[in-house]
Amino acid sequence: MQKFKKLFYSQKVAPFVFVLPFVLSLLIFWAYPLISGIVMSFQDISFGNRTFVGTSHYVKLANDKFFRTAVLNSVEYMALTLLLMIPIPLVLAVMMESRLTKAKGVWKVIMYIPALTSVVISGMLFRMMFSESDGSQMNQLMIALGHTPIAWLKTKWTAWIALLLLCMWRWTGVNMLYFVSGLKAIDNSIYESADIDGANARQKFWYLTLPLIKPTTIYVITISVYAGLSMFLESFMLWNGNSSPKNIGLTIVGYLYKRGIEKNDLGYACAVGMVLMVIALAINVVQLIATGTFKREES
Amino acid sequence: MAVNKSNQKTMEANHRGLSFLVTLLFAVLCFFIAFPLLAGLLASFRPGRELVQNGLAINWDFKTMTLDNYLYLFGLAGGNSKIDSAKYFMWYKNSLILTILTVVLTLLVCYFVAYGLTMYKFRLQGFLFFMVIATMCVPFEILMLPLYQEVTSLHIINTRAGVILPGLCAASTIFFFRQYMQGLPLELLDAARIDGCTEYGISVRIMMPITKPAFASMAILCAMGSWNNMLWPMLVFRDTNKFTLQIGLNTLLTPYGNNYDLLIAGSMFGIIPILVIYLIFQKYLIDGMTAGAVKG
Repeated sequence: MQKFKKLFYSQKVAPFVFVLPFVLSLLIFWAYPLISGIVMSFQDISFGNRTFVGTSHYVKLANDKFFRTAVLNSVEYMALTLLLMIPIPLVLAVMMESRLTKAKGVWKVIMYIPALTSVVISGMLFRMMFSESDGSQMNQLMIALGHTPIAWLKTKWTAWIALLLLCMWRWTGVNMLYFVSGLKAIDNSIYESADIDGANARQKFWYLTLPLIKPTTIYVITISVYAGLSMFLESFMLWNGNSSPKNIGLTIVGYLYKRGIEKNDLGYACAVGMVLMVIALAINVVQLIATGTFKREES
Repeated sequence: MAVNKSNQKTMEANHRGLSFLVTLLFAVLCFFIAFPLLAGLLASFRPGRELVQNGLAINWDFKTMTLDNYLYLFGLAGGNSKIDSAKYFMWYKNSLILTILTVVLTLLVCYFVAYGLTMYKFRLQGFLFFMVIATMCVPFEILMLPLYQEVTSLHIINTRAGVILPGLCAASTIFFFRQYMQGLPLELLDAARIDGCTEYGISVRIMMPITKPAFASMAILCAMGSWNNMLWPMLVFRDTNKFTLQIGLNTLLTPYGNNYDLLIAGSMFGIIPILVIYLIFQKYLIDGMTAGAVKG
């Protein structure tokens, strides 16, 4: 007993005691569900009975037109959010950090507030703002612009304006703050010597700020790729449940939820999840190669 | 010299003009950002049926504003007010308890794990840290269904444990604590060891007080995440009286629009706890959320 106690308190054993919760959690709540998800994607599961069906779920997925819509929507959403949510916050961050902006603290505090609202509350607010009745904010705007009211959430491109604005509303401030902290980490003397060399603002942005802020940019791109591909609740809230007209808001996770939870077809839903994982990892690897992250680690 | 001076003057004037424009841009942007919440807040002082009929728009008509929705929310109006109010505040209480439990447990566990991963040299250390990163690379939604089955067979479905346990070792929190501890001098540990402090004593009595700012940052992020969490609790909790506020609010969003008095007032009231925490601790929040972004 004494010996055990001594061992427990030794510097050799202590680290293993500290990391034990992580190891357990890793095995129970990560590795196990991950492997079981892979296994389930090859099974038919109903009322506890599991039968192996080989790759038939994947074959079915390849010809599933709802799944194709879901994948296209998710990838499209991810691409559009990347286009909107990287350059705009970056430019805003550069402006925020310049000496030009007054009352910085106030703007930063306000710009973060949308991220505090849950997807339920923000989704509800946007759903109401984009309501098809004449009185909704967006339709009042349309009427003021001399346009007739629009049934925003019924056709794809108008609905996606709502979807993308919701995303921008919630995350522009957050992404901007990521870039702000990236900018703060840059040594100011670099800019001073550029000033002496006579560099103008645009040159400083392209040749100093952009390369130096790359780690932050990679980080923001990575989280945006994952968030964009696994988007579900925004569309769930905007259309009040998991069904949108002509599936304009159907995403991969939305389809996974529909098959797995609503239709209790767990095997098929797990196959959907596996496709999502492959897409996410593939995009991530391509992006890391393109941005040269692997190269930097080698040298 | 004279030329230079006037040149400087025009530059200063330019600077001031540009400064005004940039600041104005942020002011306008912040107005648009505040807009939906402002519209929601104003709408919460009007009958819910207006919301159903007209949608949401800024309406400054103070004369027709009432406190009815809030009276209903607090159970002071007639009809179903008392029942609905009790239901709402049960969700509220559930969310509060769940958030507090999640924050306390997650922070403690992640702190000790990060401590073990950072303060010692041992075999598997590199591998374990690699696994921390690896868990971040798999979207939760993929694990969701197998996890749901697992939680069901562990008989912790419909319980707080079922919601909290799978997320207890949050990779991003461990990562942040590690980043923070890496910046601290290790000599402290040796000094404490010489004084006869045990390994566990050091982690609690020496390191924990030093890492307080890290705890503050992570507490806010974790509290926000937990208070606003929706997808996983929605799968785990089945009974109406166990719902969190977010799940509860979602059930009010029916196509019939008969609950919108409660919905809009309840939504606005539901932002308050997190808004208060944010306004008090916002300095720490920015440190916390940007930990991963700078070092890459």
